Amino acid sequence: MNDLLKRAYVRRLLITLGIVAVIALMTGPPGSNQAPTSGFTGSYAEHASFFGLFRTQRWVVFLFLGLIVWGIASFIIVYGKTVRHSITRFFTVPSAATASSRGVDDLALGKMSFAGSSRNALVSSIAHTRSLSRQRSVRYGMLGALLVFAIFLPRLESSAFWQAAMVEQIAVYVLLAIGLNVVVGYAGLLDLGYVAFYAIGAYTTAWVTGALPLPPLFGHALNPFFAIPIAIFLVMVAGILLGAPTLRLRGDYLAIVTLGFGEIVTIFANNLYGITNGSLGSQPIPHPSIHLGPIKYVWTLKPVPYYYLALGFIVLFLIIFSLLEHSRVGRAWTAIREDEVAAESVGINPLKYKVMAFAIGAASAGFAGVLTASQSNRVYPSSFTLTFSINILVLVILGGMGSIAGVVLGAVLIQTVTEFLNNGQHWGYQASDLYIYLGALLIVMMIFRPAGLIPSKRRKREIQVSEADHESSHMDEALLGDDV
Amino acid sequence: MGAFGHYLAAHYDTLKLEFWDLFVGGVANGFLYGMIAVGYTLVYGVLRLINFAHSEIFMSGGFAGYFVMRAFIGTGVVPSGFASIGLIILGIVAGGTAGAVMATILERVAYRPLRKRHAPKLAYLISAIGASYFLFNLAGKEFGHLAYSTPQPYINHTVFHIFGAPVQMYYIIILIAGAVMFVILDRLVAKTRLGRGIRAVAQDAETASLMGVNIDRTIMITFIVGGALGGAAGFLFAMGTGVGYTMGFVPALKAFTAAVLGGIGNLRGAMIGGLILGVFESLCVVFVQAAYIDVVSFGILVLVLLVRPTGILGERLGRSA
Repeated sequence: MNDLLKRAYVRRLLITLGIVAVIALMTGPPGSNQAPTSGFTGSYAEHASFFGLFRTQRWVVFLFLGLIVWGIASFIIVYGKTVRHSITRFFTVPSAATASSRGVDDLALGKMSFAGSSRNALVSSIAHTRSLSRQRSVRYGMLGALLVFAIFLPRLESSAFWQAAMVEQIAVYVLLAIGLNVVVGYAGLLDLGYVAFYAIGAYTTAWVTGALPLPPLFGHALNPFFAIPIAIFLVMVAGILLGAPTLRLRGDYLAIVTLGFGEIVTIFANNLYGITNGSLGSQPIPHPSIHLGPIKYVWTLKPVPYYYLALGFIVLFLIIFSLLEHSRVGRAWTAIREDEVAAESVGINPLKYKVMAFAIGAASAGFAGVLTASQSNRVYPSSFTLTFSINILVLVILGGMGSIAGVVLGAVLIQTVTEFLNNGQHWGYQASDLYIYLGALLIVMMIFRPAGLIPSKRRKREIQVSEADHESSHMDEALLGDDV
Repeated sequence: MGAFGHYLAAHYDTLKLEFWDLFVGGVANGFLYGMIAVGYTLVYGVLRLINFAHSEIFMSGGFAGYFVMRAFIGTGVVPSGFASIGLIILGIVAGGTAGAVMATILERVAYRPLRKRHAPKLAYLISAIGASYFLFNLAGKEFGHLAYSTPQPYINHTVFHIFGAPVQMYYIIILIAGAVMFVILDRLVAKTRLGRGIRAVAQDAETASLMGVNIDRTIMITFIVGGALGGAAGFLFAMGTGVGYTMGFVPALKAFTAAVLGGIGNLRGAMIGGLILGVFESLCVVFVQAAYIDVVSFGILVLVLLVRPTGILGERLGRSA
């Protein structure tokens, strides 16, 4: 039995079947405590049953699929090398561009040979210097094009559902993701309570506009516009208050402490009836409006004006965060992330910069809170759960920690797909299934592409270095044998 | 004294009146926390990281016990005597097995690929969070997003009184089961060859591998042992509180607090931390509203981490056990 298990193709079969079983459960109809196996025993196309021919149970279908995948995988693994070799030989063109991109690919796969990659790096760095200025103008051109696209997006997509989704689901999440990116991506601190800042932003709006049982901040209700600076200020203060004692802790402790912090904010919001009105939620929050001399504009229930408001702030935050990334502060964050002791030894105060990252990262969540509160009209504690924090974390991880372009892409991508699935129940999808997929996505990303879809160059190199550092000891293990 | 003093004085009589009642419940809770905390501590010992998905191991044990109990009792007559004892043992075994299987899968899928690649620490955390998130939401999908009460395999009458406080059957079951399992675990780690392996890896993995300890196997077994205890605790918890897909979150956070309180990486510390936290939390009911109990235990966590991060008994699985 044990002998059989050690054979590669048997193991491969078991792994394939295991993955297929999990997929069958994930995608299946929901079960209940009475019938927990409906992920397997449900059937396909019950309605289109052709004399019972299509009434096959799901596990049969998935077993069949699993066997096919196993067959193809086995074929590729056994014969794939020869095929791949002939293909690469056919397509290889000895130019700088392909050499560098191949080098990068090899690195990403973790199969780098040091000699090869350093040669490639040299070649690519020469090419890089030559085309630097051109690259920069191309980049600005692309950013400009994206911005124009974003400005005209509400005209291109005019359905009410998607226009609302652009604000509530995409713009808000982009704001949160770029903020969390400062904490997780730049400073390397895993914050699982990020939703707390969002909640504080939203509740501040309700407070300032007089929608809470608590008397409003300045005695009388204010326009939500005034809530923006106040909320951003307050979340930054909250970031400092949370960060100053806890950021001395090691990474994993910090994660759990921030997790608890997120929970505490929810508990308080739920139970402090005198302040937050508890689980009943706030009173209606007015829409923002501008009365500035001749300029008069009132936001209404329509999502498009909110979209432009959000877009403006997203651009603002993007500019601030990317300037920060390349500033002295950003370099300090990188240094701390890579090696805290070394950073301290050259005069960087880790605690100060970490707290700074917490506060600055919280700012965009504060604004997102204001936006949601004034657009959705009411604030409920049930919208600020741990689930939400992890949802944002997935956006950052998928896009690429520390890479602004990646994070924005990740947020837009996941939220668009989610909304597409929510809009009209495709393929038997239910809203609560989302979190299953997001959890699976986190594991898959960590195993296969830890640096994300659009990796930040620096981050990617760090992962490689950390993994390559152990390469030599790994060799020793292999030589001496750890299996005695 | 001031306002706080008055506040304490006002509640002092209640505390005096209900002390032993609360104490008994707290000890039982503490045993559960301790059993879960052991899982954190063992994994921390060998891998130097916190197993974020331990809450889902706990949950899987709870659900396994729930289904076994339903299959054997259903809505029928509550058994008593030897049938009851047999069913409880069966439930513990079912919960422990489910926990161990879940821990094995977790180690294989979420940890081993990263370990083989020597990934940075952040990657482990994220992958474990993903696993936890995946598992409890999948459980929600498969078992329904509701909480269910487990059919009880015993009659929950008061067995005897201690200082006037009634001690119920449920507490006695937890105490006996918890104590037996903990003693077995303690002996296992202290005396057996396997335990020596675990301690060796905890002290210095590289050297241990040179001395002939199979690291992969040891880590696997550590996960299994911790998972079995966590799963059994899940069943014991489910008998009193019921099961649900999010049942793991709060007990696991508290068990983590207990593990840190006792000194993470320290087996006996985990148990002591669990007991202290359980009793303290139970007594806190007098002073704060029930909704804020979680806030109190979280406050303890932050306080311990800031003031004495090594806990009461100190870190290190290798030295203390």
